[in-house]
Amino acid sequence: MGNFDMSLINWSRGQFAMSAMFHWIFVPLTLGLIILVAIMETIYVRTGDEKWKKLTKFWGKLFGINFAIGVATGIILEFEFGTNWSNYSWFVGDIFGAPLAIEGIMAFFMESTFIAVMFFGWNKVSKRFHLTSTWLVALGANLSALWILVANAWMQYPAGTAFNPITARNEMNDFWAVLFSPVAVNKFLHTVASGYVLAAVFVIGVSSWFLLKNRDALFAKRSILIASVFGITSSLFLIWTGDESAKQVADKQPVKFAAMESLWEGRTNAPLIAFGVLKDMSHPKTEDDLTKRDFVFKFEIPSMLSILAFLDPNAYVPGIKDLVTGYTNPTTGITHLSFSQKKEKGKEAIAALKGYKEALQNNDAELLKTYKVKFEDKNWMENTFKYFGYGYYEKDAIAGLLPNIPLAFYSFHIMVLLSGHFLALFILMLFFTMKDRIGRMKWLLYIGIWTIPLAYLASQLGWVLAELGRQPWVIQDLMPTLAAVSRIDAGTVQLTFWLFAITFTILLIAEIRILLKQINKGITGGQ
Amino acid sequence: MFESLSHFALQQYWWVIVSLIASLLVFLFFVQGGQTLIFTLGKNELERKMIVNALGRKWEFTFTTLVTFGGAFFASFPLFYSTSFGGAYWVWMIILFAFVIQAVAYEFRTKPGNFLGQRTYEAFLIANGALGTILIGAAVGSFFTGSDFSVNKLNLTNIFEGGSTTISSWEGPAYGLEAALNIQNLALGLAIFFLARILGILYFMNSIQDENIFKRSKKQLVVNSIPFLVFFLLFVVLMLTSVGYAVIPESGVDPMFWRIQQEPFKYLNNFLEMPLVLIMFLLGVVMVLLGIATSAFKAEFTKGIWFTGTGTVLTVFSLFMVVGLNNTAFYPSNFDLQSSLTIMNSSSSKFTLMVMSYVSLLVPFVLAYIFYAWRSLNLKKIDAEEMRSGDHAY
Repeated sequence: MGNFDMSLINWSRGQFAMSAMFHWIFVPLTLGLIILVAIMETIYVRTGDEKWKKLTKFWGKLFGINFAIGVATGIILEFEFGTNWSNYSWFVGDIFGAPLAIEGIMAFFMESTFIAVMFFGWNKVSKRFHLTSTWLVALGANLSALWILVANAWMQYPAGTAFNPITARNEMNDFWAVLFSPVAVNKFLHTVASGYVLAAVFVIGVSSWFLLKNRDALFAKRSILIASVFGITSSLFLIWTGDESAKQVADKQPVKFAAMESLWEGRTNAPLIAFGVLKDMSHPKTEDDLTKRDFVFKFEIPSMLSILAFLDPNAYVPGIKDLVTGYTNPTTGITHLSFSQKKEKGKEAIAALKGYKEALQNNDAELLKTYKVKFEDKNWMENTFKYFGYGYYEKDAIAGLLPNIPLAFYSFHIMVLLSGHFLALFILMLFFTMKDRIGRMKWLLYIGIWTIPLAYLASQLGWVLAELGRQPWVIQDLMPTLAAVSRIDAGTVQLTFWLFAITFTILLIAEIRILLKQINKGITGGQ
Repeated sequence: MFESLSHFALQQYWWVIVSLIASLLVFLFFVQGGQTLIFTLGKNELERKMIVNALGRKWEFTFTTLVTFGGAFFASFPLFYSTSFGGAYWVWMIILFAFVIQAVAYEFRTKPGNFLGQRTYEAFLIANGALGTILIGAAVGSFFTGSDFSVNKLNLTNIFEGGSTTISSWEGPAYGLEAALNIQNLALGLAIFFLARILGILYFMNSIQDENIFKRSKKQLVVNSIPFLVFFLLFVVLMLTSVGYAVIPESGVDPMFWRIQQEPFKYLNNFLEMPLVLIMFLLGVVMVLLGIATSAFKAEFTKGIWFTGTGTVLTVFSLFMVVGLNNTAFYPSNFDLQSSLTIMNSSSSKFTLMVMSYVSLLVPFVLAYIFYAWRSLNLKKIDAEEMRSGDHAY
């Protein structure tokens, strides 16, 4: 990779990952908790029961603390697309900027306007206006998730666009295809559902602590009741959209799919590894490293992976080796290109763009015409230009073209196992609360508390899988991460990395301490 | 309705929208300006609490407007986004940092267990107020004075003979920090800083019911107006007499490739060639001054914020018109003149601008609900009693 400053690329990736992961500590709780708060306030307005108002205010206060730091960690992400991913910002700015702008206009103003009413309006506006404001904050928060996830989905599955060689970028030609791309819709639903589950776990965990301390018991039980019903509904939705997401990955990002199952050699009737421990975690360097790898142990369900991915037990699921060396799918008979073939085509595409731009510069009408024909040829665009991004890689490079496979594997499996754990917890909590025995179920209450960090873990792992599994691409097949980066010193990025890492860590400590103090004040005492 | 517009018409429309957001942002900098005055105007904890809470109900509007400004600029002129943000790295990063620390400061300031202590969060507010306004002002100043960068889209195909694949390269010495060393940029930055303080003072006079704060505000209003006028005039004189960056129409096959050349008195000429913009500018300046003068010399006058605020919007808006329209390069490069960014060569495609234009129809609706919610919260002024009652205060 003579052209590329890998240290710059890695620090830039590190900075983005760090700030995104910090941001994602706070966002899921915001997304879900605001809905729980709005539900509680609705009950208050309906019944006039002051206890519900107290609950609304208590959880609302925790929401506010969490929201502030969510905002703080969010602004940097928007601008980092420009500061650290300059080429990316140009190459896809025509599509990617739009959802970010819409997010600001449509969602952020709604959130920030009505959050002020929510916190300061209790004695200033009518009950109904206040309740409406709370729901509008919920709507605003979830709308902002929609737009940013539309943008993210587009990176995984670029839809509704065409490449324009004159401007050397992708340009939008169908807004609805971008917005309603199946990946975007599913990603939005799956992500907000994960936020709802996390918020339900959070409310249950905190309430469990109150019950164990024998404080504000009635309030805690009401909270658990609402949160467990909300949690069960969201969990089922989460699992359903998760399954859909896996199907989409199998179809559109087969390398990511093979990595998350650690499937090295493709097969029909592929089994699903329910859980396993990998034996060899090394990253493949040459094609010889691509043979099937053993597990220390594994628990697998026969044919399940084929069913999960393609709804057919006999379906062929390609492994990492197949995807690198090329393969013919025995069930469909379709032949898929190898990485080397894709690289050849990618180089051809880049050369064509170079030729086009040079002809344009030199005003060479005839040459320009030849290239123009090429870029207008649908067949060439779909069979050659499609692999533009592969052209940046040297002929026998494999390592850089594969994501971190053990990381994808463990992220996926731990996330899935935990989502089962959450559902079970919600069901037990609901059952014992309905039977009014929850106060005596100490073991369950302890599990409730200790599930809070697990919910955060699962939530982070989901993004680790989605984004690290997408590597080496910033836009699947079109632009590799290494060609997306800004031209600055690695040292400069290193400096800002530490500046923000330290700042965010300090603010996180402050946030957690404030949250704990507020919780410790209690629901009735914390007014 | 937007389908029938030409690409150029849409580019101008979007320059107007971005300019409008920028001018609203400068008005909303009253929050930043107010933050720098916490200790000047508040002499005890209660007074400071009133000041912080008066700002605490509004800071998110400024913040959101900044974020939306970034998003709208990205969507409409992505080449600016990739060139300026990826190049003037340090300026934007310091600005970002100043806004990161602001976002937690209000909520965390007086909360028990806040780890850093109340004074630290107040220091965050002051840092945000000073750095945010001065650096954003200086960065916008470089729209008139130019920066050192180059743009070459062919770099994307640099895989055969080596060299960077990055389209936009910063050629300046300090990743954008050098912008703050230019007198004209610095004058604009400081003018905006003092203007923000003036707006902050006028906002306090309007929204806090407290005799002492009101008295001190009146005094500070005069104190801050003098440096504001000095720096603003300095900027205006330097700008009007400077050599600007003009686009030569029809000098290429496509407006994207029209050539750029330096032109003496370009910005003065733009004012003269766009009389409506000139009127807006003059009206804006008069309203800014009127709001200040009336508030300073009329005994019980509290509505100055609306005059100076409207004046600020008009003035900033007209400056953006002058730097972007009438065949002007809005982000000029002194390193390579032809790399300069114009609204024609840096914009999104016609289709994207058209789609985004439909989205822009939401703006009046957004402004309407902001106005409604703002009014319902500000009907009653902030006073000491409300602070003591302790129901959700910062």
